[in-house]
Amino acid sequence: MSGAVQQAPEVVGGPPGQPSRGPLRALRDAGALLVRQREATVFVVDVLLIVYFGFISSVGRGAFFTHTNRITVTQLAAPIIILALGEVMLLICGEIDLSVGFIYQLSPFIMYFLITDYHVPGLLAILIALLSGPVIGWFNGFLTVALGLPSFIATLGTGFIINGIVLTTSNAQQQDIPPEVKGIGHWIGQYAWAEITFAVILTAIFHVLLTRTRWGLHTVATGGNQLGAREAGVSVARIKYGNFMLTGLLGSFVGLQIAFQISIIDPTSGGYTPMFYAVAAAVIGGTAMLGGSGTIIGAFLGGILLAVLTNGFSVIGISANPLPIIFGGAILLAMIANVQLTRLRDRGRA
Amino acid sequence: MTEQRQQDPAVPPSADGDVLRVEHISKKYGAVTALVDVSLRLERGEVLGLIGDNGAGKSTLIKIICGFQPPTSGRIFLDGQQITFKSVDHARSLGIDVVYQDLALVNQLTVYENMFLNREPVRWPLLRKKQMRKEAQEHLDSMGIKTLKSVDLQVASLSGGQRQSIAVARSVFSDAKILLLDEPLAAMGVKEGAMILDLVRDLKNQGMSIIIIAHNYGQVFPVVDRVNLLRGGQITFDKKSSDTSVEELTEMVVAEYRKALEERHRSAS
Repeated sequence: MSGAVQQAPEVVGGPPGQPSRGPLRALRDAGALLVRQREATVFVVDVLLIVYFGFISSVGRGAFFTHTNRITVTQLAAPIIILALGEVMLLICGEIDLSVGFIYQLSPFIMYFLITDYHVPGLLAILIALLSGPVIGWFNGFLTVALGLPSFIATLGTGFIINGIVLTTSNAQQQDIPPEVKGIGHWIGQYAWAEITFAVILTAIFHVLLTRTRWGLHTVATGGNQLGAREAGVSVARIKYGNFMLTGLLGSFVGLQIAFQISIIDPTSGGYTPMFYAVAAAVIGGTAMLGGSGTIIGAFLGGILLAVLTNGFSVIGISANPLPIIFGGAILLAMIANVQLTRLRDRGRA
Repeated sequence: MTEQRQQDPAVPPSADGDVLRVEHISKKYGAVTALVDVSLRLERGEVLGLIGDNGAGKSTLIKIICGFQPPTSGRIFLDGQQITFKSVDHARSLGIDVVYQDLALVNQLTVYENMFLNREPVRWPLLRKKQMRKEAQEHLDSMGIKTLKSVDLQVASLSGGQRQSIAVARSVFSDAKILLLDEPLAAMGVKEGAMILDLVRDLKNQGMSIIIIAHNYGQVFPVVDRVNLLRGGQITFDKKSSDTSVEELTEMVVAEYRKALEERHRSAS
C-alpha cells in the first residue's frame, strides 16, 4: 500500500468481535476493499459499464464489442489518460495545468514548420516538438514558483497565449502530415493500438514514479505539507518545475499522437476540452484537488470510464446530449467521496 | 545512523561542558525589540526548560538558535566554538534541530516515509522501501517508542502524542545533538504527554541535550534539570529544578499578572 493512495480508516467491516463467515464475510471484505481502495471502485464501475453497453448492443443492433469500436474506445481513452498522468502529479503537489491542451495543439505545428520551413530532419523535428512541452511547462513553473501566481491563473494565461500563437502562425489552417515523418508517425499514433499501448506503458511508468521513487514521495510531501517538506530539505520548487515539465512533455506527445492518428494537423484540436477530461479522469479516479494524495491507476481507470461512457451512449443509439450530466455527477460523487473519506479519517484520529 | 551523537574531534568540548552557549543576544525588528539581552547556556545531556509568557520572545530565541534568523547582536557558541548560523540547514548539519508540534510531518505519508523524508535510501531509481521500514522500526524500538502498531501507518491516522514522538524520532534519526522541542505537549492528553516526557527522559539518558519550550511549565517540570524564565526579552530567572518548585514558578507568574493588572488600573484611572 503506497502512501500516495488515500487510505480510509478502519471504519468498515462491521462491528468488531462479531463473527461472520462465508459469503457474508466475502461481501464485507469486498465492501471494505471498495471503500479503502478508490481504484477498485472505479474499476468495478468500468467493468459494469462495459458489460452493460456490451449487453445492450448484443441484444440490439449496437456494435460495442466490434473490432473497430474497441479501437475507437481506446483512442478516446488514451489521450485523456496520458494527459491525466501529468495532472495527477501536479494535483498531488498542489498545482494544476490548464494549458496542457494548448501544448497539445502547438507541438504538431512545431514539427510541421520545422520540416517544411526549416528543412529539419523528421526525427529531429519530432524531438524538438516534444521538447516544446517541457519548455512551456518550465515557464508555467516559473510563473507559479518564482513569481508566485496561482497555477490556475498562470496556466490559464499561457494556454490563451499558446492558442493565439498557433492560430496566428497557422492562419487557422489545417496542414497535412509532412511525408518525412509519416513512417514514424505510424508508431506514435497511427497504428490502431499505438495510442493505448503508450497510455498503458506511461501509466505503468508514472505509477512507479509516484509510488516507488523519491520524486513521487517528494511530490506527495510537497502537496501534503509544503512547509514541512521544505523544512526537511525537499526542494519544493524543483518538484513543481519538474511536474509542470513532465505534464508539458505528455501534452506535446499527445498532440503528436492525435495529429498522426487523424493524419491532419488541426489548429482547433486540443484546447480546454481534453484538459478538463483529463482533470475529470484524475478526480474520478480518486485524486483530491487538495494536494498530497492521488493515484495514477485511478486516473487510468477514470479515463477508461469517460471514454466508455462517451462511446457507449453513441453505440447503443442514445442521444449523447445528457452525457455531460453523467460526467458532472461522476465528478461530484468522486469528490464527495474524497472529501468525506478524508473527514472520516480525521475524525478517526481525533 | 545509530550513533546519534558522534563528536566532531576537531571541536573540543568547552571546559565547563556547555554544549550550547548564547551570549548577550538581542533582536530588533525595526522599532520593535523582541530580545533585549539574552544569555543562556545548555549543558551536555541536560534538559533545560525555557518558560515564559506569550510574546516574551521564546519564538524569536528559538528561531535564532535554529539558524532561521540571525541575531541583531550577540554571540553563539557551539561546543565552545563561536559560530554564525547561515541557515536552518547549516544549524541542522551542526546537530541542532527543532521539533515543531505540527509543522514537520506529512500527513499523507507513512511513518517510515516521514522518518526518511529527503534521506531516502535508493537503489536507482527505486526507493528501498524494505530497508526504510526495517530501519525505521529498529530506530523506534531503540528509542523505546512502542505505541505504534506499524511504521506503515499513515501519519494522519496517528494521535498527537504519536505524531510528536515520530517528529522527535526523526530529528534524533538525523543525528541531532541538541533538540529544541517547541511546546511538545500542546493539545495533548495526560497519558500522551507522559509518553512524550518519558521519551525526553530516555533521550537525556542517552546523552542528548534538550531545550523544552513550554508555556505550561507545570507539565514539563518533572523532566527538566534547570528552568529559565524569559520575560520582556530577557532571562530573568535561572535555577536548577532541584532548587525551585512549580509553586515558586507559579508565584512569579502570579506576581507578574498582579503587576500587569495594577498597571492597567493605574493607567485607566
